[in-house]
Amino acid sequence: MNLLKLSLSYIRRQKLTTLLNTFLLGIGIATIILLLLFSAQFGEKMERDAKGIDMVVGAKGSPLQLILSGIYHLDVPTGNIPLSEVEKLRANRMVKEVIPLSLGDSYNQFRIVGTTEAYPAHYEAKVASGKMFNGTSEATIGAQVAKETGLKVGDTFVGAHGLVEGGEGHHQHPYKVVGVLAPTNTVMDRLILTSLASVWDVHGLPHSEANKPEDEHHSDEAHDHEEETTAKPDSTANVTEAIKPLPVPPITGPPAVMGGALPSGAIAESGPEVTVALVKFASPIATVMLPRSINSQTKLQAATPAQQLANLLQLVGVGISTIRVFGFILMFAALLGVFIALYNAIQERRYDLAMMRALGASREKIFLHVLLEGLIYAIMGVIVGLLLGHGITEIIGQVLSSANQVELTGLRFVPGEVWVILAALATGVIAALIPAFQAYRTDIAQTLAD
Amino acid sequence: MFLLENVIHQYDGQTVLDMPLWKAEQGEQWIMLGPSGSGKTTLLHILAGLLKPTSGNITIAGQDLGTLGAAQIDHFRGQNIGIVFQRMHLFGTLTVRENLLMAQFVAGEPQSEERVDEVLEGLDIGTKKFAYPAQLSVGQAQRVSIARAVINRPKVILADEPTSALDDRNCDKVLELLKKQAETHKATLVITTHDQRIKDAFGNQFNL
Repeated sequence: MNLLKLSLSYIRRQKLTTLLNTFLLGIGIATIILLLLFSAQFGEKMERDAKGIDMVVGAKGSPLQLILSGIYHLDVPTGNIPLSEVEKLRANRMVKEVIPLSLGDSYNQFRIVGTTEAYPAHYEAKVASGKMFNGTSEATIGAQVAKETGLKVGDTFVGAHGLVEGGEGHHQHPYKVVGVLAPTNTVMDRLILTSLASVWDVHGLPHSEANKPEDEHHSDEAHDHEEETTAKPDSTANVTEAIKPLPVPPITGPPAVMGGALPSGAIAESGPEVTVALVKFASPIATVMLPRSINSQTKLQAATPAQQLANLLQLVGVGISTIRVFGFILMFAALLGVFIALYNAIQERRYDLAMMRALGASREKIFLHVLLEGLIYAIMGVIVGLLLGHGITEIIGQVLSSANQVELTGLRFVPGEVWVILAALATGVIAALIPAFQAYRTDIAQTLAD
Repeated sequence: MFLLENVIHQYDGQTVLDMPLWKAEQGEQWIMLGPSGSGKTTLLHILAGLLKPTSGNITIAGQDLGTLGAAQIDHFRGQNIGIVFQRMHLFGTLTVRENLLMAQFVAGEPQSEERVDEVLEGLDIGTKKFAYPAQLSVGQAQRVSIARAVINRPKVILADEPTSALDDRNCDKVLELLKKQAETHKATLVITTHDQRIKDAFGNQFNL
């Protein structure tokens, strides 16, 4: 027999009260833990995808939109930019690497990205089966894409126009899956990669072998190809610090892909287009200089992921703080619940407490006995809270995994949880302080003489 | 044994107890008689160290209670004084066995199942070991409270109106058990009562 067993015997008797308090505390803790897990994993993923990318260059518009569409493939792109402009950037001494991306089509909500081999290389993506895309109409798909669409090497599929489901299909230009990437835990897993030339082809932009000027809704682009002779086919060749040369040999085709909402016709005359370019800097000084000069001196827009991420987290942060406050309110309600339960219990149990004194327990022991009971409530709340918090996070993760982007797991712990647990335990003890002091002060002689 | 000298207790400025001397030898059995409100319970609580008198000296089993601190008095009581209350005040959430183990734990004594069995057998309620207080009759519950009072082999057993809630048959039995337990443990026994049925059961009478 000990104080713990005695406390537990009382708690067992007060089943409903115990249930209510445990539940309240548990939900409060679970809410906060859910937030912790979510923001930790969300933040990590955001950082992982943006790692190493110092600047994103695209059409004018919202810089956040540019980052979201260019790095995370979440938002629609701001528009298209001339490839020649991107190539000029490549010539800049402060730039180490430029990865062009052409967006606009999707397959089963997975985005088809026309790019170069530098893109998968940046995320250290390895081919799990098959090979990396090379020729036109070849596609290498991310691990998640393969898993959810069932596509495998040798399969063909037709991309749909636009980034959401229901777009018009490009039936004349099926893609052939030539490779599947190993999981990288980055945005790469959810993308379908192909060459820039393939994307141009699909949109009926004539160049070298592929010559299909149909596709009515791009007719404005199609007629641009009359001016193809003015394009500079060797623009890729004079890249100073070249990454691998673009798989599209000489770019003669007129403008590329439509990029989201913006009509590309406006800048179409200047040659082939891409949607965004991911830029790595060669020197830290570029961080200060380049984005500013691009934004002020060109038709392009440059955005730095670090800055936009901070903006985004600040926006999201308001919501997170609100929910966190809600969690603490729940915990506070639980504190009140435990306090009232113990306060009443001490009134009911004054004979038992006096009897313990009569049997030889000191005032201090009685005090500890009541505190212990508050702590037990808190421990039960913590257990329920941990189970609920991680359980719900895992369930949300499972549900969202089939939807988009967010990979969430409840099977992970973050250091912040330790503080939540400590706060909850302290809450239990604090709630028990006044009842414990009451028990401490009980006049046993008077109580027993009643 | 115990010795009370010049014990005066005041409550709200009124003297509720004034006792020049009361001395009892080890193993003696006493009955304390007096009408309701005469201060029997107050005196018993003072004797048990539950209440500190306004003035006076109390010595129990050779120990002067006046020299002990609050926590020390609690500990001393747990080890040396067994108390049987009119209302039994058993722990309702614990079984009979657990009630007795609790008494050992709180007094700082080692918890012994054998001792629990021994005491319960001695009071003829061994079969109720795993029952909860609510499942006991009044007589059985009173025996459990006696068992709890003697489990730590006290030097002094104090019983406050132990028979007032009992019928004649149980009254005699409880009285007998108390006497027997006091003899077994060679303890000094004091019973307070206003119960006319038992006033002649003891040789030593103390009238308040």
